[in-house]
Amino acid sequence: MAIMKFNGIGITAMAGAVPSHVVENLKYTDHFSPEMVKEVVEKVGIYERRFADEKTCSSDLCFAAAQKLILDNNINRDEIDLLVFISQTADYRMPATSITLQHRLGLKNSCIAFDVNLGCSAFLYGMSVVYSMVSSGNIRKALILDGETRSKVYGPRDRRSAFIFGDAGVAALVERNPKFGDSYISLNSDGSRADLIMIKAGGYRHMSTPETLKERVIDEYGNMRSDEQGYMKGGDVFNFVIREIPRDIKNTLATANVTADQMDYIVFHQANNFINSYIAKKMKLNVEKIPHTIEKFGNTSSVSVPLTIVSELNGKLDGQKTLLMSAFGVGMTWASGIIPFVDCKISDIVEVENGLPCDEFLRRDYTPIEGGAEESTTNPKKED
Amino acid sequence: MDIKEFILKFAEEIEIENQEDLTPDTVFRDLEEWSSLSVMVFIAFADENFGKQIGDKQIAECNTIQDLYNLMKA
Repeated sequence: MAIMKFNGIGITAMAGAVPSHVVENLKYTDHFSPEMVKEVVEKVGIYERRFADEKTCSSDLCFAAAQKLILDNNINRDEIDLLVFISQTADYRMPATSITLQHRLGLKNSCIAFDVNLGCSAFLYGMSVVYSMVSSGNIRKALILDGETRSKVYGPRDRRSAFIFGDAGVAALVERNPKFGDSYISLNSDGSRADLIMIKAGGYRHMSTPETLKERVIDEYGNMRSDEQGYMKGGDVFNFVIREIPRDIKNTLATANVTADQMDYIVFHQANNFINSYIAKKMKLNVEKIPHTIEKFGNTSSVSVPLTIVSELNGKLDGQKTLLMSAFGVGMTWASGIIPFVDCKISDIVEVENGLPCDEFLRRDYTPIEGGAEESTTNPKKED
Repeated sequence: MDIKEFILKFAEEIEIENQEDLTPDTVFRDLEEWSSLSVMVFIAFADENFGKQIGDKQIAECNTIQDLYNLMKA
């Protein structure tokens, strides 16, 4: 059992960003009847989501969140020694998006920067990497930037995923400080279930061709998608989750020698409301300790855990608090964390449009990554 | 839980209006109320009431309510 333990390291500030465009799920009826949409929306408990426009990438959402965090907390950019960017919807196949963010955020060249590509449980993976590196001693401040634009991944004609996903970005500042007690992070993988959630084409096993871009009917319900769009075997994922997640949470709590009742808040990956309610019921958890954002932001993949903290625990993390975090997703991978928070400073969520923060103040020091003549000639457009 | 009780609970979970029409031989997939969402609901139902962990594949292999019941009793 791989449960990592850290001491004297914690998240001292957080900020979040979402696209300004709100999608009302009950009105998302271009491809399905209003009755069917209503049934799905009520079952999954997702009423609103944010969709990034064509010019907005995960990095832009993270840029806005990071600017907000740095400016609100008066952070000296030269003290940021590490930047880890978490996403499965990166800007490019190369270079790594973290490196472009090092430049855009005005961080120095000696700042370590790299990407973590993992999926819905990735925030805890990113934390484990950053906590480990910060433990090594010489890193003063580290930034975890976690952004996803899952609205661009799933097709609107596959009802099993069309109403679920939204876009967002989060920034978290990690520092060493003896005021933080022990953190426990459990990370797990099961590659035998790799085909439960997948985007089959567009990588190097099934490279993009005109064929992989074609939408076709994929099941007896008439759902349609292309191989370049993600799919999810919802039943199998659910079956997996209700077995493994309670078990991992119990193991992690036991390792930390605490109980769920001792947690101040329990933050779940916002997959859909049906799954989360079922796990809470099955584990007899106190639902008043479980903040949620699924109804207004949908499933934002790896961003959902930190976004729920930024959105719902703003003003509630003064003093010493302990959070249980739990997430699962594509891989399959699943993770649990028991994480101390001490006076964490949380900024208000900001909005992004056309790749830029709506708040002009956050645009200062903004450097576009593709300038003038060098701008890309390929501008892939989604087919409607 | 006998098959009668199973049918009642099944109808309740899947929110089937005309419960009296259901028999063990009813093809659940043909019911108006059955959808891809029902799969998730039924998986939760199986876990909660029978401690059974089933996935998409097992449900896909069933046709009648009796088949689902047998799956619970297997």
